[in-house]
Amino acid sequence: MTPRRRRMVLVGLIVVGVGAAVAFALNAFQENLLYFYSTSDVVSGKAPVDRTIRIGGMVTQGSVQREPGSLEVRFVLTDYAKDVTVSYSGVLPDLFREGQGVVARGKLVGDNLFVAEEVLAKHDEKYMPPEVADSLKQQHAGQKPSDVPLPSTAATN
Amino acid sequence: MNWTWFHKFASPPHAYRLLGTMRPWLFWPALAMMLWALYNGLFVAPTDYQQGDSFRIMYVHVPSASMSLMVYSMMAIAAGIGIIWRMKLAHAVAAGCAVIGAWFTVLALVTGAIWGKPMWGAWWAWDPRLTSELILLFLYLGYMALRASYDDVQRADRASGILAVVGIVNVPIVKYSVEWWNSLHQGSSLSLTGSSAIHPSMLPPLLVMMLGFLLFFGAILCDRVRAEILSRERNAGWLIEAA
Repeated sequence: MTPRRRRMVLVGLIVVGVGAAVAFALNAFQENLLYFYSTSDVVSGKAPVDRTIRIGGMVTQGSVQREPGSLEVRFVLTDYAKDVTVSYSGVLPDLFREGQGVVARGKLVGDNLFVAEEVLAKHDEKYMPPEVADSLKQQHAGQKPSDVPLPSTAATN
Repeated sequence: MNWTWFHKFASPPHAYRLLGTMRPWLFWPALAMMLWALYNGLFVAPTDYQQGDSFRIMYVHVPSASMSLMVYSMMAIAAGIGIIWRMKLAHAVAAGCAVIGAWFTVLALVTGAIWGKPMWGAWWAWDPRLTSELILLFLYLGYMALRASYDDVQRADRASGILAVVGIVNVPIVKYSVEWWNSLHQGSSLSLTGSSAIHPSMLPPLLVMMLGFLLFFGAILCDRVRAEILSRERNAGWLIEAA
């Protein structure tokens, strides 16, 4: 084996070794790496109660209720399988609206009620002019919500 | 295998001249493309149906983020070639990549924060994509700090080269973080194989900006590698003759 070939093998082994180590570590810490829980996780009891966590999902159409004269707001988050009610007091981001994906940080207080300290809005990777979005919406009108492709928000895992 | 072409390129005087010739051919088209893309991105492209005018920061954010990964990959490959073939010029290229890549990473992080505040409602989130991009910045900074800590160039090359090669593991993590984990950051809009999620009327400035960034990187890399060659070869005959 020439020295050059030996160094080649060495560099290859280092990359493969470190890569494997990182892959195993990420796999082992999968739970801790979770940026947010889905609403199905919450309903099925996978999310811890009384600890600050994040949950993500879509704001259900027609579910936003504002308390007149205050910043109190209540809405239902869904991943189109299970629902969680979120209560929040504070300023919502501009993109917050019904049918939009959001990530809320706060605590679960029993029966599928989540008290949020912070609500962040997600947006998807699609960009288009408003006219195009309108005509797309008209084409989709009449479909059940489950037929509309989920934005990456609440999608898999 | 015959490596003479490779060794010829590795000769410092030859590379020094070649890079000097290449530079203007990269720099001026890059400048023209970036200006065209900036104007068309900011004034001509239509507003977005959801994000209004805020989405326009994408025209700087996406190219800088994609360059931050591309430059790191190139740096790691150059460092690997430098280690395996004991090729000084390859280490000079890696060292040149580091500073430019670090700046692209800073630009991606800063434009991302400016975009995140109005859209998400937060400057920063410990989301997998953001966190792994921050680690990318630390890898660039670590590489530069490690180089700077050796007086002997050869030892600096070897130690920092290993770090660059090891850090390549982070590149796929940044790229696929939005698919592997739940994240606040949206998925990729562009893809080499599938169709793009960006409306055709908004796409050309982005693509031209990416190409412009790539050529700009090439031009600045020429400068940095030439400077690196000068500092390494300061006692060499060809340079003293030329001076």
